[in-house]
Amino acid sequence: MIRSFGRTTRRQFLVTGVAAGAGVGMPFVRRALAATNWRKFDGTSIEVSMIKSPRGDIIQKNLKAFEDLTGIEVGLEQVPEQQQRQKSVVEFSSGRPSFDVCHLSYHVQKRLFEKGRWLADLKPFLDDPELRDPNLDPEDFSAAGKAYATNEQGELRSLPISVDYWIIYWNKDLFQKAGLEFPQTFDALIAAAEKLTDPATGTYGFVARGMKNANLPVWASFLLGYGVEPVGPGLQLNTTSEGALAATRMYQHLLTKTAPPGTIGFNWNECQAAFLQGKAAMWLDGVGFAPPLEDPTKSRVVGKVGYAVMPKGPQAHASATFGDGLGIADASQNKEAAFLFLQWALSKPLQAQLLQTGSGVPFRKSVLADQTVRQGVKMPAAWVDSVIGSAEVSKFGLPVVVPVTEFRDIFGIALTNTLSGADPKDELQKATDQFRPILEKSEA
Amino acid sequence: MVGRPAGGSRRRRLNWHSGGYMPFIWPALLITLAVIVFPWVFTGWMSLQNWQVGAERSFIGLANYARLFSDERFFEATGRTLLYTFLSVLLPLIFGTIAALVFHEEFPLRGFLRGIVVMPMMATPVAIALVWTMMFHPQLGILNYLLSLLGIPPQLWVFDPGTVIPSLVLVETWQWTPLVMLVVLGGLASLPSEPYESALIDGATWFQRLRFITLPMIVPFLVVAAFLRGVDALKSFDIIFAITQGGPGTASETINIYLYLQAFSFNDMGYGSAIAVIFMVLVVALTLILLWLRGCTGWREAQG
Repeated sequence: MIRSFGRTTRRQFLVTGVAAGAGVGMPFVRRALAATNWRKFDGTSIEVSMIKSPRGDIIQKNLKAFEDLTGIEVGLEQVPEQQQRQKSVVEFSSGRPSFDVCHLSYHVQKRLFEKGRWLADLKPFLDDPELRDPNLDPEDFSAAGKAYATNEQGELRSLPISVDYWIIYWNKDLFQKAGLEFPQTFDALIAAAEKLTDPATGTYGFVARGMKNANLPVWASFLLGYGVEPVGPGLQLNTTSEGALAATRMYQHLLTKTAPPGTIGFNWNECQAAFLQGKAAMWLDGVGFAPPLEDPTKSRVVGKVGYAVMPKGPQAHASATFGDGLGIADASQNKEAAFLFLQWALSKPLQAQLLQTGSGVPFRKSVLADQTVRQGVKMPAAWVDSVIGSAEVSKFGLPVVVPVTEFRDIFGIALTNTLSGADPKDELQKATDQFRPILEKSEA
Repeated sequence: MVGRPAGGSRRRRLNWHSGGYMPFIWPALLITLAVIVFPWVFTGWMSLQNWQVGAERSFIGLANYARLFSDERFFEATGRTLLYTFLSVLLPLIFGTIAALVFHEEFPLRGFLRGIVVMPMMATPVAIALVWTMMFHPQLGILNYLLSLLGIPPQLWVFDPGTVIPSLVLVETWQWTPLVMLVVLGGLASLPSEPYESALIDGATWFQRLRFITLPMIVPFLVVAAFLRGVDALKSFDIIFAITQGGPGTASETINIYLYLQAFSFNDMGYGSAIAVIFMVLVVALTLILLWLRGCTGWREAQG
């Protein structure tokens, strides 16, 4: 199920920005958080399981500040994404997880975690004035963040830490040489990609993931533009609709006619390599891949990169959205101490660092809108604009169901097959037939 | 039995039979039970359950196996596993034997060069996989650059469903040829010199000596190498997973990859276990065939 979120105008951003005030940095923590009794659990120790990512790195780097602030000892473990997801599921279902705080990927695990009721309800902690940091307001999360963190019963069982919008990185040089403007619609995007493709010089108009599973967000970006929710209300599968077919044809066309050979096996790193070498004019991927593009030791396109919100589709203007959050294991013995950790991890200084280093985008509107925070951002201004523009048209990139992994695998294979010449209509039909029983079984 | 045993020794023997030696056996027995028997019994039991991690578990008898036999993807994976195994046994055998024949000759720096040739075998599969992934890259990889020097158009290697299995076998061959070479070198060193002397007297050429003396005499060693390689290639997971994760699409999805996907990505422990059981049967069957082959070649050893 895809949800559309309220538009936030620039004006609202400014208003919240003023309200949020200025001042970023560690001294700020003590001043702003003074009302909360941070030392209540002095001497407790908690375990934190995180996905190895720039988000995890920032928390790990600042961990000492938390330990100094609270006296709580933190054992933080960062594990690669796939393995962390498996580990958390296995440990939760054993009933005795080894960690108190767990990092979760909403776009993959939201329904699974809710169904298992593995995470603790945060309401008692938020209601406790001694625990609650007055600066942390669940209303401050963007609509996508709130939708991700809240379950069907309206309970808040996790806090959203970082959002991932899919944007288009584009090479200004190649566009300029071809005398082209950045496209505003899907049709214009396809036309531009075709014009910019020249196999003789090894330059291509478009590059995106073709590897199964990893390719789903690319397809989702097109699907959303065609106004298609892959899984509608009542578990209805819309993956054989006209819109889905058009989106799949678009995917097949772009990746076979205007992309470098071999995209069928490309994940983000191969795409990034092609773009870094100046061999691809447009690259559709998550917003967090920007830092290397502006790093002169890694990139041949420093200063030439444009950052753009996904163009308008025939039915809708949408940016495929993904996100992750932090929750407290319901079986944990140290829930209060864990809650302090959550609050700290979502505090403004940490969220500001996330944005400023380009490692992620906070769900907190007040952080995004803060001019002081924005001035510290090491990425070009166009990057921040693409983030804010995407927030306005943000929609969930994957259906919120239990078998997300199966969905990604089955439809990912169908998409990959179209890249080696299979007919999109047949492949969609086959994948839909294969996925339907799995979906029905999971919600039964 | 010669004569009646004396009373004392009889008592000792009774002690022996009444289990005085058991403390020495228990540790081994316990470890075998805990590490080998229990996991297998448990996997077999899991394969009879409808067990999705995070959901209720229920007994469903042989339903997982029934599902397996109508699962097209499983059969495709089985076919791919057999093809992959066949190629990754055959090629290292050929190249390993050639390498062993070369290194069996005397020439300067032989020990040093042998050491270099053996190095791929000692590297970590995942590190190997990462390096090869870079080399396979269609635009930036060195393999296509080398081909371009020879005037051959760029290939897609692991980025094309048609060439992905041969490309993965190339990596496997590169890594495991040295193992075959070591086994065969050991064999060559143990061959008697008399047949060669009589062949020389009879005027046999180098090729005739190779074809009619060396090769027949090292067959038992080749079978041992094939056995080791076969079991290893069947179970191969790390290189495939790290390079392609079974892709493009499902073009390099072997049983092991499919089983991992079901059990750990889809959290379907029951179905994953059923695949593991069938896979185990397949591995044991192939092992028995190879052992039988080895038995067939044993007589040559005795004669040699």
